[in-house]
Amino acid sequence: MATRHSRSAARLMMAPAVILLLGWMLVPLTMTLYFSFKRYLPMRGDSLERGLDWVGFENYARFIGSSSFWPSVQATLLIVGGVLVITVILGILLAILLDQPFWGQGIVRILVIAPFFVMPTVSALVWKNMMMDPVNGMFAHLWRFFGAEPVSWMSDASVQSIILIVSWQWLPFATLILLTAIQSLDSEQLEAAEMDGAPVLARFFYIILPHLGRAITIVILIQTIFLLSIFAEIFVTTGGSFGTRTLTYLIFQRVVDSQNIGLGSAGGVYAIILANIVALFLMRIVGKNLDR
Amino acid sequence: MGRITLEKVSKSFGQVDVIPPLDLTIEDGEFVVFVGPSGCGKSTLLRLIAGLEDVTSGEIRIDGTDATGVPPAKRGLAMVFQSYALYPHMSVRKNIAFPLRMAGMDAAEQERRVTAAAAVLNLTDYLDRRPGQLSGGQRQRVAIGRAIVREPAAFLFDEPLSNLDAALRVGMRLEISELHARLRTTMIYVTHDQVEAMTMADKIVVLRAGNIEQVGTPLQLYRSPRNLFVAGFIGSPKMNLIGGAIAARHGAETIGIRPEHISVSAESGDWHGTVGVSEHLGSDTFFHVTCDGIPDPVTVRVGGEVDLHYGDDIWLSPDTSHLHRFDGQGLRVA
Ligand SMILES: Nc1ncnc2c1ncn2[C@@H]1O[C@H](COP(=O)(O)OP(=O)(O)OP(=O)(O)O)[C@@H](O)[C@H]1O
Ligand SMILES: [Mg+2]
Repeated sequence: MATRHSRSAARLMMAPAVILLLGWMLVPLTMTLYFSFKRYLPMRGDSLERGLDWVGFENYARFIGSSSFWPSVQATLLIVGGVLVITVILGILLAILLDQPFWGQGIVRILVIAPFFVMPTVSALVWKNMMMDPVNGMFAHLWRFFGAEPVSWMSDASVQSIILIVSWQWLPFATLILLTAIQSLDSEQLEAAEMDGAPVLARFFYIILPHLGRAITIVILIQTIFLLSIFAEIFVTTGGSFGTRTLTYLIFQRVVDSQNIGLGSAGGVYAIILANIVALFLMRIVGKNLDR
Repeated sequence: MGRITLEKVSKSFGQVDVIPPLDLTIEDGEFVVFVGPSGCGKSTLLRLIAGLEDVTSGEIRIDGTDATGVPPAKRGLAMVFQSYALYPHMSVRKNIAFPLRMAGMDAAEQERRVTAAAAVLNLTDYLDRRPGQLSGGQRQRVAIGRAIVREPAAFLFDEPLSNLDAALRVGMRLEISELHARLRTTMIYVTHDQVEAMTMADKIVVLRAGNIEQVGTPLQLYRSPRNLFVAGFIGSPKMNLIGGAIAARHGAETIGIRPEHISVSAESGDWHGTVGVSEHLGSDTFFHVTCDGIPDPVTVRVGGEVDLHYGDDIWLSPDTSHLHRFDGQGLRVA
């Protein structure tokens, strides 16, 4: 790929993909930006044909000034952070466990991956109705078995419930990536550490964890991108009430429930900014971790 | 101190007996080399001594105390692995200091020992690098450094040079021998390279399929191999092993004669043959001679350059005082 000829050929062949991707991203982005500066309330008779009123930054001011804005940012960060912590910690432990030789290893590994293939809507509904229902759910039965009062999860522990459901979905992904990373660890390194007098915990913190550094950063990066936009899990469980209204969900409500497209678009732009701040943050960590 | 005794030590992986019961004593300060073909159980034996594998039966004693159930860290042994097994995310300094840190030694003493080890191993300029930024030979030295700072009772080396190129291997071989001469610590060294074994060892242990075939100094093994396997394994090029009528004439089932103990003549001798391929090493020349009545070509060493060519007729005469005789079981006949 070094000659000038092969470089220009490469560019030519990549062009369709690049153009398609650009169109895919740029058209919605410019439309969002455009609407965010307009008054656009379809129920009040605004439409593209009749032309939309330019309102400057009014939508932005209103979106950020609304009493639900900061709570929604908080909810977003809380849910993303909670899921990340749970999936990474449990993922590491599960990966170590699955790396041990035991009978039926192949089947167990497939079972562990299974939740990842369940659609978010389905898994959230299953959790809500089968596990967390305060009357008939498994948890309710379990609580009653121990003589405790069943928890009405969706209203009393709503954020925790969402974190639990989403963690369950993403744990397989984290486990899978971390498992492959653990398998690439040279067993002689662990043996050397053992001979050097490192007990089990020291071997974990000095050898295994640094070895997993890269894989952990990748898990965090990829999960964050997807977790910032979780929607289905909230939609089918709490419907955004009880403190589970994330930024994504707030935008959805502004556009669909209040039929205010301009306001929703402004929220969309805020979401882009938030995602970029988070991404920038992560990229610096990743860059540091991937460089060596 | 580092006297290691194995008593009736055996090891099986499931149904497979890798090491049948075996006895071996390694004296304090000795440089012992385990040598044998691939898969004969050298690494397994070393790992048993290190404690990285559990013995199936038998007893391992270090300095007289039973170490059979003692975990590796408590045996006071240090191991250098074939892959070096350096910790990639730590600097060279931290790598070498790791065992000291795990032992809870204070920082000043750690630093003193690391500096001393680095000076011995020519690593002073590389202390702040990561293992990934070092050459193979330097990595090897870091691995040795990590072993020597602990001041172990014995060093265990598992084919430490097999990842290095030929020139570097010769250099590192000398360095390890020199280290042994200076530290006078017991060293157990595993290799399948018989040149390494011959040049470094005080005592060689020849293994085949987990069995000890012979134990002795390099020259003992060279001069009087106990059986055909040792005879064929020790020495380069290999000893010529000849059976049939010629062996019978010397009163044995098989006779062995080393390439340097055969004299060459153009006119007369014991065996007649034609010169095949010749290998010129400058100081020596090896001829592969096809002799009448001997199925395999006979290797002959001649000092310096000799004017013999492919297809020439020559006569070979073995030096009967250096003839090795073996019986039907392949054992040496005195
Ligand atoms: N964990 C294990 N499970 C089952 N068999 C094993 C195991 N480790 C080693 N073996 C077997 O034990 C035998 C001896 O292995 P070992 O590694 O000691 O050989 P080696 O002499 O070191 O060979 P090499 O020179 O190739 O390193 C081999 O036949 C190998 O297949
Ligand atoms: Mg080996």
